[in-house]
Amino acid sequence: MRKLALSDEILLSVEKPARYIGNEVNSVMKTLTYVPGENSLENQDEKQYLENTQKKNRIRLAMCFPDVYEIGMSHLGIQILYDLFNKREDTWCERVYSPWVDLDKVMREQQLPLFALESQDPIKDFDFLGITIQYEMCYTNILQILELSQIPLFASERGEECPLVIGGGPCTYNPEPLADFFDLFYIGEGETVYDDLLDLYKACKTSGCSRAEFLHQAAKIPGIYVPSLYEVTYLEDGTIKAFTPKQKDIPAKIAKQVVTDVTHASYPDAPVVPFIKVTQDRVVLEIQRGCIRGCRFCQAGMVYRPNRERDLEVLKEHAKNMLKNTGHEEISLSSLSSSDYSDLEGMVTYLMEEFHDKNINISLPSLRIDAFSLDVMSKVQDVRKSSLTFAPEAGSQRLRDVINKGLTEEIILNGAGEAFEGGWNKVKLYFMLGLPTETEEDRKEIAHLANAIAVRYYEIPKDQRNGKCQITVSTSFLVPKPFTPFQWASMHEPGDYLGFAKTVNHEIREMLNQKSIKYNWHQADVTVLEGFLARGDRKAGKVILEAYRRGALFDAWTEFWNYDRWLEAFEATDTDLYFYTRRERKEDEIFPWDFIDIGVTKQFLLKEWNKAKAGEITKNCRAGCSGCGAMKYEGGVCFEGKN
Amino acid sequence: MKVRIKFAKQGAMKFIGHLDVMRYFQKALRRADIDIAFSEGMSPHMIMSFAAPLGVGLTSDGEYVDIEIKTPITTAEALEKLNKVMADGMTILDFRQIEEGKASKAMSLVAAADYTVKFRKGCEPVGKKNPEDGPAGKMDWQSDISGFFARKSIVITKQTKKGESEVDIRPMIYQMSVNAGVVSMQLATGSVANLKPELVMEAYAKFKGFELPEFALEVNRREVYADLGQNGKRRLVSLNDLGTILA
Repeated sequence: MRKLALSDEILLSVEKPARYIGNEVNSVMKTLTYVPGENSLENQDEKQYLENTQKKNRIRLAMCFPDVYEIGMSHLGIQILYDLFNKREDTWCERVYSPWVDLDKVMREQQLPLFALESQDPIKDFDFLGITIQYEMCYTNILQILELSQIPLFASERGEECPLVIGGGPCTYNPEPLADFFDLFYIGEGETVYDDLLDLYKACKTSGCSRAEFLHQAAKIPGIYVPSLYEVTYLEDGTIKAFTPKQKDIPAKIAKQVVTDVTHASYPDAPVVPFIKVTQDRVVLEIQRGCIRGCRFCQAGMVYRPNRERDLEVLKEHAKNMLKNTGHEEISLSSLSSSDYSDLEGMVTYLMEEFHDKNINISLPSLRIDAFSLDVMSKVQDVRKSSLTFAPEAGSQRLRDVINKGLTEEIILNGAGEAFEGGWNKVKLYFMLGLPTETEEDRKEIAHLANAIAVRYYEIPKDQRNGKCQITVSTSFLVPKPFTPFQWASMHEPGDYLGFAKTVNHEIREMLNQKSIKYNWHQADVTVLEGFLARGDRKAGKVILEAYRRGALFDAWTEFWNYDRWLEAFEATDTDLYFYTRRERKEDEIFPWDFIDIGVTKQFLLKEWNKAKAGEITKNCRAGCSGCGAMKYEGGVCFEGKN
Repeated sequence: MKVRIKFAKQGAMKFIGHLDVMRYFQKALRRADIDIAFSEGMSPHMIMSFAAPLGVGLTSDGEYVDIEIKTPITTAEALEKLNKVMADGMTILDFRQIEEGKASKAMSLVAAADYTVKFRKGCEPVGKKNPEDGPAGKMDWQSDISGFFARKSIVITKQTKKGESEVDIRPMIYQMSVNAGVVSMQLATGSVANLKPELVMEAYAKFKGFELPEFALEVNRREVYADLGQNGKRRLVSLNDLGTILA
């Protein structure tokens, strides 16, 4: 029986001990160490030699999602990389997540080192600690992972024996606030150059070269960014003067990695099956990457360009294998906009015919509401219980044009109308507040749109409708993200944001059908902090550290979020929050993330920013190419119908 | 066809709670391609019922779950298919056909269970600091088990929702003995009367006069029984023996 890192006493006194024991179905166990007796060599020296060689030839990698197990285990990216790494015979990839606050306390008190779930070995003995960075509010959790692992927080303080800490994921499109804490970053999709990096590491280990030498070599692999090899200088106003490599042979630009052929890219046919219920307790099938839409607030829509679809036949095969290997009772399609998948009908029909009779639920998120999707949804879910979701993002047509959201009031009302006639009576509407050029009138339009949907419902004769309708309006506040046309935009004060929400709330209460409309809004102070971290520079790192030192952890969790602690951190580090949030950036400002080449050019983004301010829309990729720059990857939607 | 599965839950699996074990089996049965029956209705679920929930932290060699299958399968084939898809620590021990009807349901049949209890390493009882009690820090805690079991009544104070109440647990202890540091006991289990082995050890510790800290015990359930006796006379038969091997 496998030995656990934590004693029974600890495991029985913390919440959900299953978070820490590993052993899940499809988790990968490997023996990479030399086993005496397995080899017939008699000579002790030779044995020793072999053992050492074997040690040098093996790579131990811990993949981390810096949040609690149930969240981390729901992430598709880690499952893809876990599978990819473990396909290598010389590598054992394991998993690690943030210990929940109860265990965090015990580990600190007893100075227990953080461990990987599979082997239960301390992370500090690994070769790599890979951290996926999915949202800004997990930054303090990254410091927790490092500290509990007993790895120095600053990359500059790590010795030869320390694991190399590598970051990846969407937030690394601006890695600068975290630059001091990471040895390297992988910019882009993991399937492309990780093998090169691991091969290089192995070669370095065998030849006995130093950590610094390895990092220097690694920095030459496309997509690999080693922050310590770059120097940033600033202008008097605090903006960047220059961002330059410290050595001549280090590239000035980091090229985002893109999988051109997603159909044949590695995909995990046997994902790990957690014992406890996690957020994504189902098979997740990624049908495509990227999005053709080009909404101007959306970072994913820009950084994952070009849109690339997986071939239907390959997807069918994956769906079958994954369900068989996991035993999950549900399958969900994943993509930024499933309705844009060319053969969605073929995909959905297959799933229904193949699995519906086996009592496997089919979940179809992010579908555009039209006759087809309503027909499909009525077949796979209970109409009376489920709700329809629209994301108009802005209340008025003018503002929807500003953000380039190609959804009109007519489309929404028609879609809702068809749905109501089909028996639905619950609608969810998502909007953003604090958008560029937004006025009081635009905010009020949110209420008017919600009311118009209710009116459409009550047009149905009483005997044909299903009681009252329930419309839920939710608003979040815009966080301008790097590599979007809104990367130049200013943010607002928490108080302003709440004022915007108040306007919406007040206007909704004025509506005739106000009793059918429910309104929720997002926290305003979290938004401001997200904005700071999203567009922060290297100087932002000390604020993160200071907030962490003052107890900030699990900031993404409402129960632990504390804005005052962050404000204190700004004060203690003499950092001006406004510099990052309350400033419309100049067109020629050098951004902290400009050294990354995502294919989409800054010139295109700037054009989009100006079109936004003028309220002009841009076509989606299928309707016509706008020359964003992503065509250079030679794949996906840019070449549809061209070969 | 109704089928009873007997399984062991050992090692790290002891940290998986009862509800998660249910979820685990739902997925395991799909992985093993066992043609299991579902309930009717809008949201069908697998027809599946567990005998007696096992607490978190306890291991077992005698857990039971009843299911209903649509396609017949032999015991040998089912064991092979299921054990191929188990997590380390979960072992399918048997797969037998049981009688149709509600009366044969494992949950309602459970009457007793066998347990072994020992002290976790380093948690053995520490005696009074009197040299006559033997080596410092150790005590012969085993010596009074038979005396304890021989008592006519063992009254303990139980915490209930309404406050405290006194219960005589002796009638619920069917057997109790000790051998080389391992206490074996057979206790009333199920919906009529239910006694946890930890509670027996607490009573014993009080009787013997030693401290029993939290998490000091390692408990393993050995077997679960139905009572086929009549007129108040107990005749315990393991739930497994109520089933017939599918050949």
